[in-house]
Amino acid sequence: MAKAKRPLSPHLQVYRWGAHMAVSILHRATGSALAVGSILLAWWLVAMATGHDYFNTVQGYAGSALGRIVLFGLTFALMQHLASGIRHLYMDAGKLYDLKVNTLSAKATFVVSIVLTIVIWVAAYKVMGVL
Amino acid sequence: MTDYKTPLAKVRGLGSAKDGTHHWFTHRITALANIPLVIFFVVSFVGNAGKGHDEWVAWLKQPLVSVLMILFVANFTHHMRLGLQVLIEDYVHTPGTKMFSLIMVNFACILIAAISIFSVLRIAFGG
Repeated sequence: MAKAKRPLSPHLQVYRWGAHMAVSILHRATGSALAVGSILLAWWLVAMATGHDYFNTVQGYAGSALGRIVLFGLTFALMQHLASGIRHLYMDAGKLYDLKVNTLSAKATFVVSIVLTIVIWVAAYKVMGVL
Repeated sequence: MTDYKTPLAKVRGLGSAKDGTHHWFTHRITALANIPLVIFFVVSFVGNAGKGHDEWVAWLKQPLVSVLMILFVANFTHHMRLGLQVLIEDYVHTPGTKMFSLIMVNFACILIAAISIFSVLRIAFGG
């Protein structure tokens, strides 16, 4: 296939990084991470349907240090994908194309996702009675 | 630019893949439906944090929770299938590998949906 030296359109590395670019790339990355998370959710549901002992084993993995790091990462991925996804829906409706507003909304997705991730984990620890 | 499309092709608007904007549009609709479902999912998980097996089962057995969980799994796996397909179409360019990856990703997403929904049903209808 395409071995001839045809002119190529410029790729990612030639552009100066900006918030809009980071958010766009991160949207795909978080989406892929969440796909892996969906396997974990399926595993967890299977464990719940299997019974008491196996559920406790899987809950033990989830509650381990590594498990909590993975779940924290997935929480951020879900919140970032959600915030960035809502921004994309606005853009699909023809909004947020003004350069300043576009960059500002891209930055806002980070603020929203980081705040929501922290709120979710603080709330979960409060429910567990740890905090 | 000269437009070679026939009037019929133009009005059908299905393009060369004969699918029109169906993939793109379904991706957006499933994204929209995901917003309330993700909120349900996250709020439920925070509310049940640290609970044992009996409590989780009792929670999932509630008819509304079972239905919402099935809807969530069905909707996000559909959204995920459409999204991962676009990633492969954008980044995998070897024809054989591309077709193989597309088929595998589609199978995997449907498998995850089937396993998850079956588990919810087993808990919902279990003794």
